[in-house]
Amino acid sequence: MNAVAQAPLLELRGISKRFGEASGFARKRAPVVHALDGVSLAVRAREVVGLVGESGCGKSTLGRIVSRLLVPSAGERYWQGRPYADFDARSQRAERLAVQMIFQDPYASLNPRMRVARIVGEAAVVHGLASARERDDYVAQLLQRVGLDPSLMRRFPHQFSGGQRSRIGIARALAVKPRFLVCDEAVAALDVSIQAQVLNLFIRLREELGLSYLFISHDLGVIRHVSDRVVVMYLGRIVESAPAAELYAHPNHPYTEALILEVPRIEARRRRYVPIRGEIPSPIAPPPGCHFHPRCPKAFARCRTERPALREIAPGHLSACHLNEAP
Amino acid sequence: MRIATTARPALPAARLERVESPWRRLAEEFAASRLALLGLALLVLLAAVAITAPWIAPQNPYDLAQLDVLDSQLPPGSHSLSGKAYWLGTDDQGRDMLSAILFGLRISLTVGVASTVAALALGLALGLAAAYFGGWLDALIMRIADIQLSFPAILIALILLAALGQGVGKIIVALVTVQWAYYARTVRSAAIVERQKEYIEAAKVLALPEWRIVLGHLLPNCLPPLIVVATVQVAHAITLEATLSFLGLGLPITEPSLGLLIANGFQYLLSGKYWISFYPGLALLVTIMSINLVADQLRDILNPRLKR
Amino acid sequence: MSAVLAVEGLRTHFFTRAGVVKAVDDVGFALERGKVLGLVGESGSGKSITGYSIMGLVDEPGRIVAGSIRLEGAELTRLDREAWRRLRGNRIAMIFQDPMMTLNPVLRIDTQMVEALRAHQRVSHAAALERCREALAWVGIASPDERLRAYPHQFSGGMRQRIAIAIALLNRPAVVIADEPTTALDVTIQGQILFEMQRLCRESGAALIWITHDLSVVAGLADSVCVMYAGRIVESGPVDAILDAPLHPYTRGLLESIPSRNPAGRPLAQIPGMAPSPMALAEGCAFRERCARASTACGVAPAVSNPAVSRTLRCVHPLQ
Repeated sequence: MNAVAQAPLLELRGISKRFGEASGFARKRAPVVHALDGVSLAVRAREVVGLVGESGCGKSTLGRIVSRLLVPSAGERYWQGRPYADFDARSQRAERLAVQMIFQDPYASLNPRMRVARIVGEAAVVHGLASARERDDYVAQLLQRVGLDPSLMRRFPHQFSGGQRSRIGIARALAVKPRFLVCDEAVAALDVSIQAQVLNLFIRLREELGLSYLFISHDLGVIRHVSDRVVVMYLGRIVESAPAAELYAHPNHPYTEALILEVPRIEARRRRYVPIRGEIPSPIAPPPGCHFHPRCPKAFARCRTERPALREIAPGHLSACHLNEAP
Repeated sequence: MRIATTARPALPAARLERVESPWRRLAEEFAASRLALLGLALLVLLAAVAITAPWIAPQNPYDLAQLDVLDSQLPPGSHSLSGKAYWLGTDDQGRDMLSAILFGLRISLTVGVASTVAALALGLALGLAAAYFGGWLDALIMRIADIQLSFPAILIALILLAALGQGVGKIIVALVTVQWAYYARTVRSAAIVERQKEYIEAAKVLALPEWRIVLGHLLPNCLPPLIVVATVQVAHAITLEATLSFLGLGLPITEPSLGLLIANGFQYLLSGKYWISFYPGLALLVTIMSINLVADQLRDILNPRLKR
Repeated sequence: MSAVLAVEGLRTHFFTRAGVVKAVDDVGFALERGKVLGLVGESGSGKSITGYSIMGLVDEPGRIVAGSIRLEGAELTRLDREAWRRLRGNRIAMIFQDPMMTLNPVLRIDTQMVEALRAHQRVSHAAALERCREALAWVGIASPDERLRAYPHQFSGGMRQRIAIAIALLNRPAVVIADEPTTALDVTIQGQILFEMQRLCRESGAALIWITHDLSVVAGLADSVCVMYAGRIVESGPVDAILDAPLHPYTRGLLESIPSRNPAGRPLAQIPGMAPSPMALAEGCAFRERCARASTACGVAPAVSNPAVSRTLRCVHPLQ
């Protein structure tokens, strides 16, 4: 692979996002939610990066910043190596179509009053990828690709099951020929057997179409299965990042260890749960220093005051923990 | 990366499933209540009668030349000197009550429907704009609506009509001014909920133009509560117009609406000549009741919670 | 050992305008004191309706059309409203997926908990408050006095669920039904709740029915498992037997769909097709359409068989 191909397709540098900051003449001091705090992330072509974390970690916010639904408070994003601000209007549009999103809720993510043919085909027609006359054929091809019967395209979303609606959402995203998909908890609302089908679809589409994914989930089992690389987030910061197999085999950060330990497994029978104590803090008032220190069994004095930096502890394996530094 | 698309033969249209139209389903659910069907039948009858009034009324009550004061205050069933039958009697100016009611109904329904449609259009536009754009536009529109809604509707209408004068058009303007705020508020609350839903986010990620998102995606999902409000408001508008006419505003005496007819007969109510007020009152009652029956059923079937 | 809860031949049908939905179709199991039963199934399998039926919470257009539910010897299907009121929250309690189904958003926690206690026992307000404090401490909530005076919206999802559990256990019920209580919670919080539930059941001797779609949770928690599909129990037995040596093709399909049981990056083993609509259930085995082992014999609904001690199975082509 030459050097150009190795440059990341999508890159985020130092992204921060704060909600509720007073703007303009609003005098009231509303609490500021620190959703993201200095996050940097890169995804290469044909790579699947899994983003995992619990409530309040900011993974959904990050997904929405990547897909342009939200504007970051600070930081830069780059597409194919060029900063976003450099693009002119036409390129911006092409880039917007190149990054698409698959949503979590298969019920709320489809317009209940639109027929599926229009849901899937509208954007393609609007952006000139298919003419109005070809729309139905175009939609039929897409539905077949995601494993749905094209003769159903005149139905409304409520006439489909949850798994089928997920597929419709995927077809809708594919209609504009994207290169990058943000999958925001795309299988969380599905039953296990349907989840398996949809995950297989994601894997197949990646091979057929050469897509890259940012796969956001709270389910470690799912993330492990589909990702090349896994990024673990806690309360707005990245705490660890590593190739998937490496992360699960040798987790470094105490939070990652706890997460992996907590995941119920079939093999573990009548286990005695040893829970990690404490509640997940609110992003309104994150703890100082390392965000995880109130719940960390290995915390010491430095953790309370100083934010740990993300350091490379092994090739491709980054972790933000003071324990990694030689005292 | 170009995605290889193999050319596939076009699907013959016949193979696409025939899907039941949502309107058909709405009609079926509506028909489940016999009371609502009765209301709808009555409404259709009233509308037909009102539309064809100029042809089926025995007399044109607005044509002063046709009226004969000697025929005034005749009870129902009596005949005029020229042999015409007055099925419902005459009022104090010799007008045939039946004709007067038919024409009055025409005015009431016209004013009610026209003002509702206009208020709906105006309220819809403003409410959608307020919800979608938010910020100062939202605050501005909503504060105006709040101020307006805190005044009694009658008061605002009275003031407006005193300034504007008489006539059907002016009544409609007054009613629209009074009513738009209900629609705006209803649409805005529905739109605020819908705008945060994921299908709107999906439309944004697909880079659809904003006007398309607002009109094509947001608007159709805000309609159900609006339809319910509209059907109830038609009844309100008719009642309001009747009240205004009763008070002597809005329409000239020579073109009476149902309200004015009731007002005219008011003084005779206790002296035995009940029909001058009674029959217009009855017509008004039946109109409002049938509208309410239809509105109730629409509200029930459009309520998403009652469905499953 | 006599069972604290015995369900036999339970059928709960919903009579809608579009047809009869056989949500629960001949379900039976027995639960012993201090044991945990995992009721596993996907959407539409009827597991939640089974729980509601046992609690008597099925409303029109649904009703229990057949079967018996015996709680500590008393037959539940023939109770009147007053008798039900005395039992619910007292001898049998339920925890829901959404804790806001238990908690009233406009009442303080102490009001709700005291109300739940005094509905079934004659205690003074002060004594009731004391019991509530103990209950909160028992479910692992620190500084219970402050928490008692707060409102539900001031708590996180995990805390609310713990309070809901505390309320369920206030009157020391004999049976607790938990309907997916941790599905909406984060993994670390789920771990905490599972830990508490385990401990609480051991300490109080309550029997627990844990309704879930997640086999992995059941693996760690349950003593026995019932797998439901399309309103019937297709397989049941001790947890080790079911998970290590499943006999029904659906159970094996479920186990194999779990991502952690498949090599990473390769397609997951999947069960083809979808669960049938509960209104269009055909004759015979409901899993027939999706089963690789189906034959014409599956056109007749399989009867319940006992392939081993305390195992039941509905299949004419079992895996062993």
